[in-house]
Amino acid sequence: SARPLLEIYSASGLLLACIPWKSGQLVQLGWTASEDLLCIQEDGTVLIYNLFCEFKRHFSMGNEVLQNHVLEAKVFHTEYGTGVAILTGAHRFSLTTNIDDLKLRRMPEVPGLQKPPSCWAVLSQDRVTIVLLAVGQDLYLLDNTSCSVVTPPGMSPSAGAYLQMAVSFNYRCLALFTDTGYIWMGLATLKEKLCEFNSSVRSSPKQMVWCMRPRSRQRAVVVAWDRQLMVVGNSTDGERRFVLDEDSYLVPELDGVRILSRTSHGFLHEIPEASQEIFKIASMAPGALLLEAQKEYEKESQKADEYLREIKDQKLLPEAVSQCIEAAGYEHEPDTQKSLLRAASFGKCFIDKFPPESFVRMCQDLRVLNAIRDYQIGIPLTFTQYPALVLRRLYPLAIRICEYLRLSEIQGVSRILAHWACYKVQQKDKSDEEVAHAINQKLGDTPGISYSEIASRAYDCGRTELAIKLLEYEPRSGEQVPLLLKMKRSKLALSKAIESGDTDLVYTVVLHLKNELNRGTFFMTLQFCKHQERETLKDLYNQDDNHQELGNFHVHSSYSEKRIEGRVGALQNALDEYYKAKNEFAAKATEDQIKLLRLQRHLQEDFDKPYLDLSLHDTVSNLILDGHCKRAEQLYREFKIPDKRYWWLKISALANRGDWEEMEKFSKSKKSPIGYLPFVEISVKHHHRYAAEQ
Amino acid sequence: VSDSPLSLCDGRFCFLVRPRIKTMRYIADIVNADKMSGRSRKYKIIFSPQKVSLTALCCQLPHVTCDEWSFYLLPLDEDIISMELPEFFRDYFLEGDHRWINSVARALQLLNSLYGPFGKAYGIGRCAKMSYELWRDLEEESEGDGQGRKPEIGNIFLMDRDMDYVTALCSQVVYEGLVDDTFRIKCGSVDFGPDVTSSDKSIKVLLNAQDKVFSQIRNEHFSSVFGFLSQKSRNLQAQYDRRRSMDIKQMKNFVSQELKGLKQEHRLLSLHIGACESIMKKKTKQDFQEMIKAEHSLLEGFDIRESTSFIEEHIDRQVSPIESLRLMCLLSITENGLIPKDYRSLKTQYLQSYGPEHLLTFHNLKRIGLLTEQSAGETLTAVESKVSKLVTDRAAGKITDAFNSLARKSNFRAISKKLGLIPRVDGEYDLKMPRDMAYVFSGAYVPLSCKIIEQVLERRGWLGLEEVVRLLNGNEFSVSDSTVEDNPAWESQRIVLAVFLGGCTFSEIAALRFLGKERVCKFIFLTTAITNSARMMEAMIEAKA
Repeated sequence: SARPLLEIYSASGLLLACIPWKSGQLVQLGWTASEDLLCIQEDGTVLIYNLFCEFKRHFSMGNEVLQNHVLEAKVFHTEYGTGVAILTGAHRFSLTTNIDDLKLRRMPEVPGLQKPPSCWAVLSQDRVTIVLLAVGQDLYLLDNTSCSVVTPPGMSPSAGAYLQMAVSFNYRCLALFTDTGYIWMGLATLKEKLCEFNSSVRSSPKQMVWCMRPRSRQRAVVVAWDRQLMVVGNSTDGERRFVLDEDSYLVPELDGVRILSRTSHGFLHEIPEASQEIFKIASMAPGALLLEAQKEYEKESQKADEYLREIKDQKLLPEAVSQCIEAAGYEHEPDTQKSLLRAASFGKCFIDKFPPESFVRMCQDLRVLNAIRDYQIGIPLTFTQYPALVLRRLYPLAIRICEYLRLSEIQGVSRILAHWACYKVQQKDKSDEEVAHAINQKLGDTPGISYSEIASRAYDCGRTELAIKLLEYEPRSGEQVPLLLKMKRSKLALSKAIESGDTDLVYTVVLHLKNELNRGTFFMTLQFCKHQERETLKDLYNQDDNHQELGNFHVHSSYSEKRIEGRVGALQNALDEYYKAKNEFAAKATEDQIKLLRLQRHLQEDFDKPYLDLSLHDTVSNLILDGHCKRAEQLYREFKIPDKRYWWLKISALANRGDWEEMEKFSKSKKSPIGYLPFVEISVKHHHRYAAEQ
Repeated sequence: VSDSPLSLCDGRFCFLVRPRIKTMRYIADIVNADKMSGRSRKYKIIFSPQKVSLTALCCQLPHVTCDEWSFYLLPLDEDIISMELPEFFRDYFLEGDHRWINSVARALQLLNSLYGPFGKAYGIGRCAKMSYELWRDLEEESEGDGQGRKPEIGNIFLMDRDMDYVTALCSQVVYEGLVDDTFRIKCGSVDFGPDVTSSDKSIKVLLNAQDKVFSQIRNEHFSSVFGFLSQKSRNLQAQYDRRRSMDIKQMKNFVSQELKGLKQEHRLLSLHIGACESIMKKKTKQDFQEMIKAEHSLLEGFDIRESTSFIEEHIDRQVSPIESLRLMCLLSITENGLIPKDYRSLKTQYLQSYGPEHLLTFHNLKRIGLLTEQSAGETLTAVESKVSKLVTDRAAGKITDAFNSLARKSNFRAISKKLGLIPRVDGEYDLKMPRDMAYVFSGAYVPLSCKIIEQVLERRGWLGLEEVVRLLNGNEFSVSDSTVEDNPAWESQRIVLAVFLGGCTFSEIAALRFLGKERVCKFIFLTTAITNSARMMEAMIEAKA
């Protein structure tokens, strides 16, 4: 028998490369995120080829597999990269989550498993990769350490044995198919059921995949038998059946399902809302009306005006334009794209200030998409998948896109170099030092290179230290600071900003923290300053010319001064600031406080008793209590204590002292501003009947 | 975490703390001290409800591991959920710190996942709006796993504390509020000291709906509590007395079934009677009646001069720094700021009485808008009101907006008039049979916060309240969740979740419970913390460093 061939085709069916297969028995083929081909052999060896059938490298899934063989294998993609999971002849699972950073994990044993499971799938939840498998009517969940039996909520008890399972592209949803034709659809966490369905087909489907659009509430599962396709969803109108003309293969993607057969390549997806609105029969959506208006306008019919008015009256014109632009993106036929964009452009004329970016951007994007969808290139991306292109690290393709977009040489090349650098920082096997150095060597001072952008990527990969090192190469502090802020290195950002001596930048830090990260980081920093670096705080206030806060600052620090001179000094500073802030009241109060402090010191020296830190009231009160009525009188005049207060103060102090003689004298000295009732009250309180009677 | 040194034991420490720099420093000091003395210990710091970046920076110390405990909701009672974040008030309203908004949003998310979507959401205040929006964003991100559930809470109302400072500043006279003012209720329990228990021990008592005696008097005006308690004790005595005429079998029954309950009730009854006596003793000593009178005239706007001198005397006699401050704030907020002469003199008096460090306290109070000076511009209010009579409502609104933008005003008087917060007095207000929410303040004032909630729920939106909203400085919203069907038959329509950002008082809770009884609906309270006037004032006071 002839050797088998390995052929690689583009999505449009062009043969890219072909080699005779010389290695061992293959179990599974799969693609990595960077478009390399993975060939998993029976003996556990995984061979990696590029798009052109050129061998790159190989690795093994462990020694155990050598004797036991691989029964089944699956290639999966998570945020860690491309992973491979295998089921061995001993009915054990092994997997690696990233083939570029190979770490083999042998999953725990499933107790009592004698035959291979009827179906299984790899799930990724909370950054942990787990295996879900079905044996007859039981579902098992394998995580790093244990094997547990699980039951999906709301599962019909008479559902029967599981035949197929499917996990959605984003790992959020799970579908199960049983031998009674029952389909369960729910969250992959197995915490909630979304819906169920009875297909009444009992034979095992060839394939089952999810078909959903990001952010859409519609979720559907596509089930394929030999020549039949069934779409089942959570919408109310039940199932849809299609007949397949040939043997087909389903490929689930981000926003739909590709259906590949020997002669055709189709794409099944949920019609996006914008397209539905516009193309629905008898739709009165603004976008539909605008498209109609434009058509009539081309026919030079006055109906164009009627349609346009209808939209304008509802003030929906901007919405209509956006709808047309959006819908154009979802169309594959350039003619339809053009008519939608023409309608958008037509509608735009009647809006005062419609930002043109979305329109221009869409035209450019569609140019690129149409170009790569060309059968000779054969990359039939949908608009939703388009951003994924950059993630695929296709630098040559990126260069091609640059050419399509006619970007200037410097701009184009430096951008690709930057991308290369961004890729570089993701190589985790090199030390921070090495990577930073390598990048600087290669890029040097190429114009248009933004180190902060590369650093930002490094940070996204969790290499904060590398990011900080890369930022050192960034000549503009204006670029350093925002990223530092993004990395929550607020303190470093603040010190960089202060270092730069750019007042504006300090403001930016403070304002940015305040506006952008309003989760409180801003005030944490201020709070931080308040507690940790009072000097920084002072500088900040100084820069702001915030004399009121500076005054408060000095008052605050006066409390921590132990010596009275220091305290008076701090208050003196506060006094100056309050004057500058034109806060006369605070200035006066501070002045009084300085005076009081000085006086209290004298009193302390004279009477050898603690007076410091008492309020004025307490000072005077204590003086009377100690029998220094003269001194009290002096303070009363000096600080202009209001009469009422002084009277209240004096009688309660005298009563406390029990000096009824003095009280009597006092009561007769002048007319009391508070009347004589308080005298009585206070005497009664102190049980001094004699005085009360008087 | 306090400043007292730790009693040191074995090699492991676990700290459960709020993410604050101060506590972090305290922990760092301990860790560093241990390091200096060569002891090696393991430390675990658990932040609740969440880690904050800077605190994480601080704990890059050796042997320290950090963790998060996403603890958001503490049910204090059948209808009260507290987030136990007393610092929310100062952090947000004074320091403008937005970090707790995230916590509020997460708490809402949690409630939403437990009880299904809220049908109708109302709110007023900047923080309310931000919290609501952040919560919506969170829901969007998590792609609504709780969708399609039958809602159990039909309405939610979010309100910022700064919409209504007046109510929080008033002395409380419903029993629960009074107990809070006097003994301080902490996390739903109170320490009754020796003067209440009439023994030499203090007793910790849980105050909630399980306490049969308390649940009957908590919402009552204080004046009717004593009567109720004595009636109750007579009933109890009668039940005890029944055993005299019992035969053996009945006696056995009585002992095995009723006695325990009766004893329990007896114990609670004597505690509450003790508490009442203690409150009476304290309140008469401080001329409570006169203070209430002064407060009422402030609310009504009568005899402002007399009230001002009452406050002055209060300060001069050094009755209590907190109380004096509270009265000053109440005066300022009801009068839209103090006239410059009073502003200066009261502050001077206060500084002389209670110490100069309160200069900073006044600065705080000014910033938050609790104690302000009427600026020259504000004397224009008279002109303003005249103008508004001449031109259309809309133009008048613009003028007032312009005035408002000059300074944040409380506009209490105008709002009070608009909403009828001061009930007209015809005859004695029967506090035993209250006819409106004013009973929580002896019939003198309907709490503003509760009135707003009542009005909005009644109108199912803000329609017709435009004037009030404008006076409150706006930021109102009303959203109905389109995914939730509006089915009036559902029990959930009768449930209202009242969310107070910055704390709510027991008086407000009592008022809304009363409203709930009247309107046959049930209020559930979610608050950042239970507050009262003293707690609010203390949050504003600048402590000596």
